Parts: sequence; C-alpha cells; structure tokens
Amino acid sequence: MPRRRHFLHVAATQVGGALVYTLSGEAFRAVAQDPKASLRIRLRFFSEQQALIIAAAARIFPTDAAGPGAREANVIVYIDRQFAGAYGRDRFRYTRPPFVAGKPEQGYQGKETPREIYLDGLQKLGPDFGALSPEAQDRKLEAIERTRFFQMLRRHVIEGMFCDPMHGGNADLIGWQLVGFPGPYMSWASEFDQHDGVAFHPKPKSLAQIIGHPVKPWDGES
Amino acid sequence: MKTLRHQDVVIAGGGWTGLMMAKELGARTGLKILVLERGKKRKTAGYHAAMDEIDYTVSLRMMQDVAKDTFTFRHASGERALPMRQHGSVLPGSGTGGAGEHWGGSARRFRPEAFQLRTHFVNRYGAAKLPAGSLIQDWGLTYEEIEPWYQRAEELMGVSGETGTNPFDPPRSGSYPLPPLKAGAFPALFAATARAQGYHPYAAPAAILSQPYTNPDRVARAACEYCGYCDKFGCMVGAKAQPTTIAMPVIARHANVSITHSAAVRRVLHRDGRATGVTWVNERGQEFFQPADLVILASWTLSNVRLLLLSKIGEPYDPATRRGLVGRSLTHQAAGGVLVFLDKPLNGFMGAASAGICISDLECDNFDHGPLDFLGGAFAKASTPGLGPIGSFGVLPPGAGATWGAEWKRASLEWYDRVSRIILMADHFSYETNYLSLDPEYRDAYGDPLIRMTMDWTDNERKLRTYAVAKVVALARQIPGVQHVRAPAPYGHYDATTYLGTHLQGGAIQGSEPETSLLNPWMQSWSMPNLFVTGGSAMPQNVFANPTLTSVAQTLRTADALVRRYFPKPGSLA
Repeated sequence: MPRRRHFLHVAATQVGGALVYTLSGEAFRAVAQDPKASLRIRLRFFSEQQALIIAAAARIFPTDAAGPGAREANVIVYIDRQFAGAYGRDRFRYTRPPFVAGKPEQGYQGKETPREIYLDGLQKLGPDFGALSPEAQDRKLEAIERTRFFQMLRRHVIEGMFCDPMHGGNADLIGWQLVGFPGPYMSWASEFDQHDGVAFHPKPKSLAQIIGHPVKPWDGES
Repeated sequence: MKTLRHQDVVIAGGGWTGLMMAKELGARTGLKILVLERGKKRKTAGYHAAMDEIDYTVSLRMMQDVAKDTFTFRHASGERALPMRQHGSVLPGSGTGGAGEHWGGSARRFRPEAFQLRTHFVNRYGAAKLPAGSLIQDWGLTYEEIEPWYQRAEELMGVSGETGTNPFDPPRSGSYPLPPLKAGAFPALFAATARAQGYHPYAAPAAILSQPYTNPDRVARAACEYCGYCDKFGCMVGAKAQPTTIAMPVIARHANVSITHSAAVRRVLHRDGRATGVTWVNERGQEFFQPADLVILASWTLSNVRLLLLSKIGEPYDPATRRGLVGRSLTHQAAGGVLVFLDKPLNGFMGAASAGICISDLECDNFDHGPLDFLGGAFAKASTPGLGPIGSFGVLPPGAGATWGAEWKRASLEWYDRVSRIILMADHFSYETNYLSLDPEYRDAYGDPLIRMTMDWTDNERKLRTYAVAKVVALARQIPGVQHVRAPAPYGHYDATTYLGTHLQGGAIQGSEPETSLLNPWMQSWSMPNLFVTGGSAMPQNVFANPTLTSVAQTLRTADALVRRYFPKPGSLA
C-alpha cells in the first residue's frame, strides 16, 4: 500500500546559513536566501509527529544568543531519515526472543523497536506539545528525561546537529560552524603541531565537497 | 552438504592472525591455503569515502553484524545470561582484515615477566600474594623466544616509536623501524608534567607510519596525515597497519592462497584425534564441508572458543569442579579515562588513534607491590586520537548539572575542544569465576548457540584501578592550565554496555602442560596436533597492554615453526 507523502515546509532563511559573531561574541546567522523562498523536504517516516519532534529538539538544543540550534540544523530531517532506514527498522540490534528484563550492565533488553519507542514517547508528549509555551514544554520533557525515549531523542538531536549533511541534518554545516569543526579534511600533517593553544578553524567542508562527488549514507547492508 | 576440493590448510577468520598466517605460509610454501572470512570483501581504496562519524562510530559499520551473532552475558554462574543486543564493551570486526582494519594501532610489547607471570609473582612476593581464586599462569614461552618475532612484526607493520627513552621498554634486538608519530599539544603538556613528577614519559609505539615506509615484504605505504578518522575507521592512505595493507598485498602475489568471503565457519570436523576440515555456511544458508590437512582457528576470542565448544573439541570448563580447559581463563581489560579540562583549545579534530605520550611507571610489576593489597598495574597515555563533534560534544566537568537545554548548550560550547583524556589500561588476571560456555537459550542466525560470557571484576581490579586512577589524577592536576579533572567512577560490576577495548582474551590458552592449558606454546592443540588456535584466546591472562602486536608476533613464530618443522614432519611442535 503506497504511503501518503508528507512534506516538511520550512522558510529557506530558517535553516542553515553562515555563522558570524559580533564583536561582543554573540553568534548570529547570515542567510543569503530569498526570504520568501521555502524548502519542501519529503519526509520518509514521520508525518503528523513532525511538529512535535521539531519542538522537542529545539528545547534540547535551543536557538539562543549562544548560536543556532536544532531548528536551524534541520535536525528533524536527520531523525526522519534514520527512522525510515536501517536504524528505525532495528537493523543494528539482536532481536531474537525471549525478551527478559536484566541488569543495567546487560543493556537494553526490550522488545520495542526504535520506531515503537519514539511513537509511544511522542504520543506521551501529546499532540499539542508544539503549541505549548517553551516553559511548559520544558516541564513535560523534564518529566520524561529518564525514559529511554528521551535519552534516544537527546542523542539523535546531537547527531543531527553535527552529522555530515548527507544524513539530512547539520544544514549548511551550521553545527560544524558553531563548534569550529572543519569536517573530513584528508590531511592535517602540516597543521597538527602548528597551532598549540590557539583555535584553528578552517572553513568547514562536507565529505562530498572534499572528495568531489556525492556519498550515500550506509544502508545497513552493503 | 557439498564437499569442496581439498586444501592443505584452512584458516577460519581473515583478521590479523588469519591473514598474517596465510601470507607467511603462502609465501614460504607451495601449499594450497584457503581463508574463510564471514564478512564481506573490503579494500582500502574505499576508505576515503568513509570519513563519516554517523556511519562508522554511531552505526558501527565495520563491526560484527550483531543482529546475526552476539554473545550473552552474566556476572556469575547461576544467573541468567542475556544477549548483548547492541554493541557494548567490545567491538569485534567483520570483513577482510577483521578488527585489524578499525583498530587504533597501539603496538606495545609485553614485558618479559608477563610471559612468566606466575613464576615472577611467586618469586617476588610468595604464592600467598596471588589474588584469591586467580588462575595466573606462565605462557610456556619466554620473552627471549618471542623477541625476534616482535622485531619482525614491528618491521612488517611499520611501528613508529622512540627507541631508548622508556626505561621499562623490554630489551630489543633492533630499534623501532620508524621514528615516533607527532604527539600533539596535550600529550606534550602531559610529558612535561610527568617528567617533573619523576615519571618517565615516552612516545607511544604505534603501528602507524610516521614517514613513508617500505617493509621487508616490499610493501610500500604512505605516512600518517593526522586526519582524525582513525579508531573505528579504515585508514584511507594506508598509514595505519591493517591486514588489508600488510598481508593482502603479499597474498595477492601468491596464487596458492585464496580467500572466500561471506563464509561463516560453524564446526571443525574431526575423527580419531585429528581435524578433518571445517563446515561453513554462505549468506544464502548453503552449507559446505571444506576438507583440509591443517585447520587454524583465527576468528578472535569469542568465535574461536565457540567453535571449539560447538565442535566438541576439548573438555568444556566447569567452574564447579574447575575441570576442563575450553572457555577457562577468560579476561578482558580493566580500563578507564581521566578527563582533563584545560584553559585553551586543543584542535582535537586532528590526530591519530594511537599517537600520544605514555608512562610505564605504574604498569605491571614496575613498582613494588609489597606494601599494597593488589597485584598488577596500568599504563597511562595522553593521546590525540582525532575527535569528531558527535562523540565529543557535551563532555562536561564534574558537577555540571544540566544534560540538555540552554544551560547545557552553553556549557558544552564553553568546554568543547578543551577536554582531553588520559587513558589507563590495566591488568586483568584470570579467575576461576570468569569463563566462556555455550548459551542454553539464545541462538545465532544459523541456529547455533551463542557464546556465553560469565564475567565480573574482583577486588584486585577494583583496588588496582583505584590506585592507578588516583596517581594519574594527582599528575593531571599539575598540568599547566588545568581547570578541572574528572576521574572515572570506581569499578562496581563488569559493565558489558560500555566500551572497554576489544581485548577479550583467554578461553583457549597456551602453556607448557596439557593439564593446565588447551594449547602448547605454539598455539597448537595438545590433543589434536593438526589444529591451531591463534590470537588473544591463547593468552593466559590479560596484561595491561594492547594484545595485537603480541598476537601477530606469536603468529609469525608459529608460521615459522610450521614451515620449518611441521610440514616436513607433521606432529606436535612442543
């Protein structure tokens, strides 16, 4: 049965951009795009939950004077692609029964897949979560911060902030700009011992930019 | 089951020991040699497109397919073991080169007393000092006997190191083939501080080329680029020694060696005390019998021991009676990292996995244990492994409260790239209570029982680690510009979910007597002379240092004995 297509619509000025700093050290994004232009990104897994995930991710990694956050990095696209792919299908886990509760040192023993944990967690946040005030959203998240769902979401937000853009997040390398990570340059042999104690931040480049052709994320099989 | 054409030698596993064995035997004899590797074919040419933190350090692309095969774990006999459903304390590899592709390249020799550890401890402190329930044993091999093979392994792999600066470095017949790697900013601070406190810092020996190098097999490789995509990655320029760059180019010159991929070995077949070959299954589930005159298991500790148990070779270890040798003497590595928060940025995205500065003053028996209530020690290393932003964002000083939200983001940005790590790796002795057996409940993708690990720390590891951590924390507090130091939590119980290092050892140990060792000092079965079991599974206990160099040296030594003595006259080498 063909799945109904869901799209994410965001203003082009809302994601990515070049990060610049004021003299007082405040970060702001310079965006060159047409303010009326909008990006239309097809979501592969999430649909009506998208607003919820965007809102929760933005509380975990907020946008503030310290710099851009999960919204500008388009973390939702990273999470959506992970859940549409091998990770969401639980490809990276031994899933044979019986499922028995164990000790913490034996790791997660549940039967629930990442997709089930997420959909359940999002349901618990409630359909109106996206419309709540930031303070009310924080209170809801604090109430679940020890759950497996929240721990996963937190991890995915960090991954979506700082992944190579081929995975959907880190739009315009905004996450790498934020921390001064240059990306997978092939050689630092002439730089490695030249910058002791001083930040060395070459312009970030993605893997595709560096090797000169697109790279596909791993599908979990090949 | 289809029977395949006979081979002289069949090797289960295409990692470091399997491929080095195939290379040596293939180059020095005309015998037909076949390597069966469960994973896929890999070439170093693909590694430049693999510099990606998500696929390689989050999704762990180079590792064993845990959906198909994992291990079960419990702390003690009598408890119910559960499967490790995701990768945790170890990261076994899969595909050509095995874990030898994604390893860090740390290439240290063991000290001479490590090979006669029981004798050494008893002579120095008396038998009463040995930890309760420990099974510390000698290897049936001296450092002098393995030394030439250490030298050979270092020359083949191209080990970069500093000859003569470490007073605890064991005697060497030659210098390191290459000068040390550059160590980077933090290790330089560590070295100066350690020296001022009376320690003896030296550049960590690494199987990563500091300069272009051509080895004795005429294999030429390029120098390290310090790109930072090293541990858990394959090296895109071939500077890190990997089986694909050391063994495969030589294997390619010899038509008598072949490799079959996607071939998972399931059993060693045997009759009348002789191995007759192995059975293996391909990805479509078709099973084959591969007859061979000589069988070599080279599939890492857990798989080697599982194959022995599934094949009913040797007597399984029973902790109640302490009888049986298969699965006995399982060890891991007591480890920990001390985090050092500094006042200056480190540009930590650059580096090489095993580059750094070590001290050996606290390792093994390099200090007097007379007044102490434990045995063993740890080496400490300040490293510059090359850090990606996903793995290093959000590492905060002790007492940092928030783990998400604006305050957490601010603190994480403040400390980003100002944290470094001093790694400790400590001895883990073998005990009566730590062992491998077959799991009665959980099975792999082919229906065979998973291997079951019964393992916990004892007071010896807890005390030893607490002692070493306290020393390193005191050292770290004196590093210029230090803002905070965060020590690892003391050891409670063994945690199979947190990565320690892929140095599981034992389970099929070597020694000088068949009553206390499954293998003789040539990693040859005492009871089945045409079966060899190579790698860390043969090591009677885990001594502080990374085991790969020793595994390769042992393999070269055994390969030489096979060529010189076994093939002319098959039988026991001991």
